[in-house]
Amino acid sequence: MVENRPLVTYLSHGILLAGILVVAFPLWMAFVASTYPPEAFNTGVLPLWPGDHFWENYSTALSAGLQAAGGVPVGLMMLNSTVMALAIAIGKIAISLLSAYAVVYFRFPGRMLCFWTIFVTLMLPVEVRILPTFEVVADLGMLNSYAGLSIPLIASATATFLFRQFFLTVPDELVEAARIDGAGPLRFFKDVLMPLSRTNIAALFVILFIYGWNQYLWPLLITTEESFYTVVMGIQRMVAVPDSEPQWHVVMATAILAMIPPVFVVIAMQRLFVRGLVETEK
Amino acid sequence: MAEIGFAGVKKSYGDTRVIHGIDMQIADGEFVVIVGPSGCGKSTLLRMVAGLETITEGEISIGGRVVNGLEPKDRDIAMVFQNYALYPHMSVYENMAYGLKIAKMSKAEIEQRVQAAAGMLELGHLLQRKPRQLSGGQRQRVAMGRAIVRDPSTFLFDEPLSNLDAKLRVQMRLEIKQLQRRLGTTSLYVTHDQVEAMTLADRLIVMNAGVAEQIDTPMAIYERPASQFVAGFIGSPAMNFLPAEISGDGRRLSLTHGLDLRSQGLDLGNLGGRTVRVGVRPEHLRLVDTAEAELHLLVRLVETLGADLLAHGHLVPAEGAPSEAAEEIVTVRLPGVARVREGDTLTLRAAEDSLHLFDPETGKRLADV
Repeated sequence: MVENRPLVTYLSHGILLAGILVVAFPLWMAFVASTYPPEAFNTGVLPLWPGDHFWENYSTALSAGLQAAGGVPVGLMMLNSTVMALAIAIGKIAISLLSAYAVVYFRFPGRMLCFWTIFVTLMLPVEVRILPTFEVVADLGMLNSYAGLSIPLIASATATFLFRQFFLTVPDELVEAARIDGAGPLRFFKDVLMPLSRTNIAALFVILFIYGWNQYLWPLLITTEESFYTVVMGIQRMVAVPDSEPQWHVVMATAILAMIPPVFVVIAMQRLFVRGLVETEK
Repeated sequence: MAEIGFAGVKKSYGDTRVIHGIDMQIADGEFVVIVGPSGCGKSTLLRMVAGLETITEGEISIGGRVVNGLEPKDRDIAMVFQNYALYPHMSVYENMAYGLKIAKMSKAEIEQRVQAAAGMLELGHLLQRKPRQLSGGQRQRVAMGRAIVRDPSTFLFDEPLSNLDAKLRVQMRLEIKQLQRRLGTTSLYVTHDQVEAMTLADRLIVMNAGVAEQIDTPMAIYERPASQFVAGFIGSPAMNFLPAEISGDGRRLSLTHGLDLRSQGLDLGNLGGRTVRVGVRPEHLRLVDTAEAELHLLVRLVETLGADLLAHGHLVPAEGAPSEAAEEIVTVRLPGVARVREGDTLTLRAAEDSLHLFDPETGKRLADV
């Protein structure tokens, strides 16, 4: 804005601050709650400043978990979540890069049919196809396995479509120059297309990692063994305990811990992420 | 080093034929330019040589070897594209070395070749830059460097100078010509710019609608255009065309509107009584005394170019009202020092043998007078 009007400046800052407070306050409360002993929750009123049980609560959560909820250590659940989120993000990117490459650069019978079939699956999110998918995964014996957690979520129309659009902007002359240089299809893919898609890949990785990390319904459905629980579904299981009060201090510690990896991924890849969304390297 | 041969080369996209059969031989080391308006098939022809388009019919051979079924990399060619087509994520060095790396050449050999080419093109200090950090002219040089390092038997240029500004274009034109002379590599160059075509070519192919209208040296094409299309396309400003008739005995040539064009020493017996189209280049019309004048031009518009001056106007009778003017606009190129103003009537005469007669139906050349 070129205008310089103090009132507008204060007002807009005020609105922004209010927005930050609305978003940040629950997080702060979760953090505060995770630093008190269990008795603190009985009063129903929570102090505004952190207490002194930080280490106890977090080490309990990380190493032992809640006995009433199966006693799965949060550390293991986070490991499971990480494996699943990474497998989904990397798998989706690999599959969609290759399928977009095939659809854009090769003339084969049924090419457009393939593209539209992929495109139509955009209308079918995990929740819609969850029962048939479960049936398939169960029949393949993939219940309670990392493969079962990640493979059904890997096929991705969104990422394929995004890469297709990007590949369409790569000038034909570049493809021809590579052909004259003697680069075969895979060589061209590896040496030219992949490096050019770098920022797009980074942006997608961030989005897909968080998508994978936040999966709730699917892991809940196909894991029955504690050793494959993921952290997002684990939090819910900690709250819904039979015959006792939920252990809020450990639940909150777990929630805070569950937030760290996605935040870390966003911060680490922020610059590439923004560039991948706003510009294409020419 | 290689000669290129075309034998009955045709190209169709589905039912649409875009190249109607090209036959020609390009000698080893020759610089041949294909020129024509957009959509005439000139780029398609070049891309068929490169192997980027399939050949529908006929054969193309490079160095005596038929290349119809060969991949571009096996044809021993290098191509320079209009948009340079540099790999944006690679440095200048990597761009030039990429083809050699794929060909599994040793590191030392690649280094030596790239350095040699960079020296030739004055790119030595830019080798570590990315293409986006270069100016248009520098990118063009890198594109040429990428072609040179391959040491191919043939260079293919697809309108390489179209994206440069006018001054740079002239400079790069000279550099390309010098480079080609030095390397002695057979070159095929596509352009729509007739100045580029005239200056670069050993031989010129003028294409129109998928047909090679004329294949000859630039001067031969300028002096004896084979068709009305060629005559109008080569030369700037373009040739003037006027409808005319030849008298029954072939001794007089006059415009359809009745003005005499040429009557002295004329013997066109075989064409007697025919309607023709007369072409005359603006630079072949000279200012002369009234007594010698063949044509009278009523000037409507004057363009001064400094060294030259262009006068546009209508032909009028020697005496009588200008209202009887012929419709066709005639352009005359005069030395810049000539004093011509709008409304003047110029007395002109066409130089000897500079009136080209074309068949009005087929456009084919009939005679010079």
